[in-house]
Amino acid sequence: MTICCPIGPALDFAVFAGDLAPWITTQSNGAQELDLIVPGISAPADILRIERELGKLADVQSVRVNYSGKRVVTTWNKTDFKPVAIMEKLNDLGFVSRPFDPSHSGLKTDDEQSRSLLRAVAVSGFAAGNIMLLSVSVWSGADGSLRDFFHWISAGIALPTVAYAGRPFFRSAVRALSSGQFNMDVPISLAVCLAALMSLYETFNHGEVAYFDASVTLLFFLLTGRYLDQLMRARARSAVSQLLSLAASSAIIETGEGQTQIVAATALRPKMKMLVAVGERLAADGVVEGGSSDVDRSLLTGETNPELVSKGSSVHAGMLNLTGPLVVSVTAAGADTFLSEIIRLMSMAEQSRSRHVQIADRLARIYAPAVHMLAALTLIGWLIWTGGDWHGSLMTAIAVLIITCPCALGLAVPAVQTVASGVLFRNKVMIKDGAALEKLAGIDTVIFDKTGTLTLGRPRLADGQFVASASLALAAGLAKHSHHPLSRAVYKAATSRGVAPLAVDDVQELPGCGLSGQFCCEPVRLGSRKWCGLPDNASNGLPEFVLVHGKNDPVVFAFEDELRPDAGTVIEKLKHDGLRLEILSGDRQYPVGRLASALGIEIWQAGVTPQGKLAHIQSLKEAGHKVLVVGDGLNDAPALAAGHTSIAPSSASDVGRTAADTVFTGDSLQPIATALDVARATHRLTVQNFALAVAYNILAVPIAMLGFATPLVAAIAMSTSSIIVVANSLRLGLSFPQRLTRPKFAASQSAQTATQFEGVPA
Amino acid sequence: MTVLLFLIPAALALGVLGLMAFLWSLRSGQFDDLDGAANRILLDDDRPE
Repeated sequence: MTICCPIGPALDFAVFAGDLAPWITTQSNGAQELDLIVPGISAPADILRIERELGKLADVQSVRVNYSGKRVVTTWNKTDFKPVAIMEKLNDLGFVSRPFDPSHSGLKTDDEQSRSLLRAVAVSGFAAGNIMLLSVSVWSGADGSLRDFFHWISAGIALPTVAYAGRPFFRSAVRALSSGQFNMDVPISLAVCLAALMSLYETFNHGEVAYFDASVTLLFFLLTGRYLDQLMRARARSAVSQLLSLAASSAIIETGEGQTQIVAATALRPKMKMLVAVGERLAADGVVEGGSSDVDRSLLTGETNPELVSKGSSVHAGMLNLTGPLVVSVTAAGADTFLSEIIRLMSMAEQSRSRHVQIADRLARIYAPAVHMLAALTLIGWLIWTGGDWHGSLMTAIAVLIITCPCALGLAVPAVQTVASGVLFRNKVMIKDGAALEKLAGIDTVIFDKTGTLTLGRPRLADGQFVASASLALAAGLAKHSHHPLSRAVYKAATSRGVAPLAVDDVQELPGCGLSGQFCCEPVRLGSRKWCGLPDNASNGLPEFVLVHGKNDPVVFAFEDELRPDAGTVIEKLKHDGLRLEILSGDRQYPVGRLASALGIEIWQAGVTPQGKLAHIQSLKEAGHKVLVVGDGLNDAPALAAGHTSIAPSSASDVGRTAADTVFTGDSLQPIATALDVARATHRLTVQNFALAVAYNILAVPIAMLGFATPLVAAIAMSTSSIIVVANSLRLGLSFPQRLTRPKFAASQSAQTATQFEGVPA
Repeated sequence: MTVLLFLIPAALALGVLGLMAFLWSLRSGQFDDLDGAANRILLDDDRPE
């Protein structure tokens, strides 16, 4: 069905043919392994289907589907096995797959960090349980040599545990102190170490009181918080890298004498000749050497009208080739003016971005010195009161440190944020870190891009109801042969009205002009006004197609960019929340104005350059506004980097997606409203948690300063405050109940995958 | 009280056993795919031949 496209069939999803070698790892036993990412895995039944079907391939040793990570690991041990057969088989089963290098995407270090934290949690949990058992015996009356015996065993468990499981805190505390700052880890490290050392000293001297249980339980609770935090970040990163790996494109290059080879985009070098089929996105910047075509550069500029390119035109990565095959000579990305300009603007924007200090760190700057002051005051006070009893005074001071140790504070933020990221994840929002969530809660202005953000970046037949079915059927007959977005819109309009496309013979596509063919022995044309012999009176600036058939009157099809289905209601809700809304678009005046009035957004600007967007956001920032930028294109990337925080749809350009703090998937705009709601709720709960933790301290500190804090009191106070904080955090999950739409989510995700790939001729 | 000489090592040994089992399961990748593991138990691969 692809016309005038000599290299179309070669693309048939064997995208990495012959070039899988870099992704294959050899195991210690000689078996070879390929890690594939398969975003289409959405139902548990897929596990079985993939494992069974791939297992049937000759020579395949084992297949293992990782359902949470949507990955498939296949091993084989024959050297002559063609691993591309795995991808072909997956393709037959209806799954798009991409080779995947976990160490490259940073997922491996994430995995390792999660594991080492989980190990530390396990060790400290084990130690806490056992020491608590011994401590309970001491509290219930063991004394004399028996108490010493229990203390010694506790010491034997606690000291290695502190040394092993405390490392994450010690490292971070040292790092903070060496840069002259305080963070929460400083008082934590101090309390844990002092408690353990003091208890050891007491044990030596047959003392009555040992705080081994407190120091280890403290570690256990805090490590749990740290692990939750890590889990949330790893989950977001894994989701984002899934998206990125799908976007990771490949290109066909000419290697001389008519030979072609398919290489990954990263392997492209200047001067290579790249063949770009119809419907493909350009993988690199370059200059057109042969052929001519219309290219869609909406991802780069926000402009929806395709642009005609021919020999000598410079083209950029991310452009979509619409109507004719192109031969492109690759130029170095760095030498390119457009991308390098964007990158320069982005680094400027990032410098101007004020560093956001997370709530926990802001609190730590007050809290840590305050706690140390209190402990010092206790020490001095007791020294004066007891007339120089160093031992007793020091014990009380250390008890103050232990009891004020920010156990609940350490959980206050990660517990809420983990619940929040889970809620967001189910609502198709991937948040890159906790800071993004905090920043999202504080915004007062939202700036939208138009193309691809408020709209889907897909044209739709405007006022389609005025077009006669017969004309539509004929136009669709021509249009179904083309990848041009306007042709697709015609075809889609016909099928959605239930009109069957007529069979047109001899269809030709002329880049920059349109489609021509033969119908009932008469020539028929679908294309631009000029080419169809009509005067050029583009009054409204909407893209148009004209259909001429024989002596019939020409029929004009006008197109508009399709709005995201729920854009209206979401905008209404954001307005209701009292946010100031603006549209900044690189597109022309008329379509932007039309959209703005349709959505009821009063402030809008059209034809804005990336520099203009950046300048506008900076002036808003200087006026004291906290701006959320929502955009997708390469031209939005500097704005995304400059905003207080930013959101991009998953269909955004690579640069845009990387620049944004948050990514949402799907056609709906609702995730933005949900993300704001969840962020505000998270902020509320975090503040509540801090209030709870501080209230606990107000109760506990006087007890400790007066010297009544026994290890039993410390243990009870610490556990209760932590449990209260965690329980309070879980309320977030209740106020945003888990929607039972998981299969639906998966389905829409794979639908989206399909749209991302529908550019590839099948 | 000599019974403690047996009971405490026994209690600790059981705890260590649990810890080792967990660390082993972590190393052997049983925590890599929690959703998958939850679903695999329900998958029915018995097909009449």
